[in-house]
Amino acid sequence: MSDERPSGFKEVEEGPTASDDTHEDRPTAVDVVDEQSHPTVTAARTRFGDAIFRHEVMAGDEHVIFVDPERNYEILEWLKDDPDQLYNFLSDVTAVDYGSGRPIQVVYQLYSIPLRHSIRVKAELPLSHLEIDSVVPLWKAANWLEREVYDMFGVTFRNHPDLRRILMPEVYAEGHPLRKDFPLRGRFSRAEQTRRALAQAPEDYYIAKDFGPGREFQKVGWQELGAEPEPAATPEPEDPADESEHSTDPDERA
Amino acid sequence: MSKRTVEYEVSRTPELGMDFRPAQGPVSPSDLDDPILNAEKMLINVGPQHPATHGVLRLVLELDGETVVRCLPHIGYLHSSFEKLGEYRTWNQVIPLTDRMDYLAPLIYNCAYAMAVEKMMGIEVTERCKVTRVIMMEMDRIFSHLLWLGTWAIDVGAFTPFLYAFQQREKVYELHEAYTGARITTSATRIGGMMSDMPEGWAEGVRQWTNQLPRTLDEVESLLTHNAIHIGRTQGVGAIGPEEAVNYGLSGPNLRASGVPYDLRKDRPYYDYETYEFDVPIGEHGDCYDRYLVRIEEMRQSCRIIHQALDRLPDGPMNVDDPRVILPSKTDLMNDMESMIHHFKLVMEGVQAPPGESHFSIEGSKGELGMYVVSDGGSKPVRWRIRPPSFVNLAAIPHLVEGGLLADVIMVNASLDIVLGEIDR
Amino acid sequence: MSDTKAKDTKANPQNTGSGLPGGIFGQGTPTFLTTKVDFVVNWARRNSLWPMPFGTACCAIEMMSAAASTHDLARFGMERMSFSPRQADVLICAGRVPYKLAPVLRRIWDQMPQPKWCVSMGACASSGGVFDAYSMVQGIDTIVPVDVYVPGCPPRPEALIYGLIMIQEKIRGETLAEHETLRHEDPDAVGRPKADAQQVEALSGPFGNSTLQNRPSGLVPGIPQERPGDRVP
Repeated sequence: MSDERPSGFKEVEEGPTASDDTHEDRPTAVDVVDEQSHPTVTAARTRFGDAIFRHEVMAGDEHVIFVDPERNYEILEWLKDDPDQLYNFLSDVTAVDYGSGRPIQVVYQLYSIPLRHSIRVKAELPLSHLEIDSVVPLWKAANWLEREVYDMFGVTFRNHPDLRRILMPEVYAEGHPLRKDFPLRGRFSRAEQTRRALAQAPEDYYIAKDFGPGREFQKVGWQELGAEPEPAATPEPEDPADESEHSTDPDERA
Repeated sequence: MSKRTVEYEVSRTPELGMDFRPAQGPVSPSDLDDPILNAEKMLINVGPQHPATHGVLRLVLELDGETVVRCLPHIGYLHSSFEKLGEYRTWNQVIPLTDRMDYLAPLIYNCAYAMAVEKMMGIEVTERCKVTRVIMMEMDRIFSHLLWLGTWAIDVGAFTPFLYAFQQREKVYELHEAYTGARITTSATRIGGMMSDMPEGWAEGVRQWTNQLPRTLDEVESLLTHNAIHIGRTQGVGAIGPEEAVNYGLSGPNLRASGVPYDLRKDRPYYDYETYEFDVPIGEHGDCYDRYLVRIEEMRQSCRIIHQALDRLPDGPMNVDDPRVILPSKTDLMNDMESMIHHFKLVMEGVQAPPGESHFSIEGSKGELGMYVVSDGGSKPVRWRIRPPSFVNLAAIPHLVEGGLLADVIMVNASLDIVLGEIDR
Repeated sequence: MSDTKAKDTKANPQNTGSGLPGGIFGQGTPTFLTTKVDFVVNWARRNSLWPMPFGTACCAIEMMSAAASTHDLARFGMERMSFSPRQADVLICAGRVPYKLAPVLRRIWDQMPQPKWCVSMGACASSGGVFDAYSMVQGIDTIVPVDVYVPGCPPRPEALIYGLIMIQEKIRGETLAEHETLRHEDPDAVGRPKADAQQVEALSGPFGNSTLQNRPSGLVPGIPQERPGDRVP
């Protein structure tokens, strides 16, 4: 086997290096072609100027623009309503974490049903300031998609009508699972995870005062059931690389 | 949604005796004018274990009489961390995860993932592979719609169509099994091709199956389409207009039932779909009945596509001739040291994808199915994201059921054709 | 005649009423009557099992196949799928169970009346399957007691039917004499894990031959699992 690449077995011992540090000079743009090939990019540049950070072309024909996270709402509103753009179908909202402390990218995938063109809009958020404007007022489809990004990455969407965890339980205390520093099997031991899971009441969010937005997160579970929290069987892993990720309480970010 | 919170004014107390005045119930934002009539709101919990939620969906409904005032869906009861697991698998190892995600149409998901990775790597698959994948995707579109048809009929109160639909599904199971060896978890695709060429007689089996399928559809239609109960329970229920449907991000049959002609096979054709002759059924009213009609017609159109694809199925290799992704042949492997090393590296290290990303969408059975893969040059994805059609479709359910009756919730939920494995991922 | 009868009663003071020592079910030893009653009771239980289909994922589709016309579960007296746990005998847990669903599963098991059995259908329900990740229960036997594990991913409908027949065989071997020990339910155990912490750790440790399973967790350095049998490259 050649020595240029690390062998596959190294990863078995050290864990996946998806966020590899050796790729600092990661080639970002694959094929940068002239912007004339996508009229939206040119129009956005002339209209917003500095708010469009850069433009990339991925996989041949997928145009990506990186925008200022402070102005994403403005740009996306223009993309949706401008008669030349008319991106009326929000296909996807997601995020990408490259790890190693690099910024988290929030990705909007847009498509225009009447004009049949698509574009991807990205906003890069530094880990210290994971906040961006919600686009739910523009597309109602963004509601659950943004909740999922909040749940999985901890990105807070300002002005979101109902920003709660969606896939994980609302009392989940281990952090945001799709971050690169989140271990595959979670931060707690299996016994602790099982105990916490069974301490949830299936009736959560069933009584009227919990029913609806704007309420407090209900702190349920083992405290109220009277059970003592057991110490985790495996010691909770410490990650000295990134201390900020250890605020595991979802409410602190909210 | 309103920010007003729910407050209790007076709680019901037993000391008041029999002649107490009606208790002031929770004051909700959706108060009617009459305070007495509105005093009693009921909360009802549907799921997560309920036969009509098609999985482990949970809906908390606030009822005024029998009218749904508010609906609050809770999902995540089947969150299996697919996307996180994908970051720990090599590119080809992700494929077995994809068919466990939508177990109603596994081949569509296999194909969608392989197509996204191939697009990112710049691989153009062979003609034979393209046509085979078209056959598989259309077969599984019918496969998925058949299960929807059976459960839909059960929800509307008819059991017989369920048995008819499952009879046909068993035939697809056999075709799956003949090709891949598994009934549901097919894992049929590989990056750059298929797991193998199709077995002898398989194409003929597909043709026979599509020949007799329309008869079953006719039979089911004769039971349902003009059935008074079916019409009464579905027409005008859960209607949504075209602009709203687009704004809510509905896709697939749910969007087309609202009259929006958006089908990725026509709008952004892949795999030469523009050369196949088929129609895209469009509804008018956007209600449950139109969604039913659209899906039934889609099955017939898929049969047409399968027939055309079988007619044009070319000979030739199934896999691309690209040593980056395809294993050497067994003969070479046993005779040739270079091939041995090549095989070893591809198996142990996995396919190496160049840095880049791709968001590739196809028309799945539930709607627009997008696969977003990001590579940083390694043998594993940095991010593997599924644009889940059912997830976005289901997000519209509060809008569809609020103001309707409790019984309509079941029909609306059935008409959206959700699969929880893909919603929760 | 009356003399002999009185004499017998005197000689066997315990022999009152039923003619058996220790009451109708005997003192822990099977007797003629209990075996006959056992047979009748078990026959009745065995042939009218009402399953509670706790179907979540792929296995639920195969469970539907098993109930549909081709495989026809009704042949074994199980066609009456009971969607209410209060009227069910067998819990068929088909599919993966995340931690968010675990209290629901436990609640349903607690709501089922005795006698009850549990089938864990598929690899995910039995062991977590391929989903050795943060959100998944690593085998439902940490949550509820399981009688029969059906392997497969997903198991074929025939496999499920075979698993249910194994439940029938298990019922055939039960006796009312052991009713108390077999069917005892501890009210304190309601809503609690079936396994204690050590058992959960032991049951849900990393396993299998996947390339990345041989360590406690992802990117975070931890204590590697000691597995002397592993072949280290």
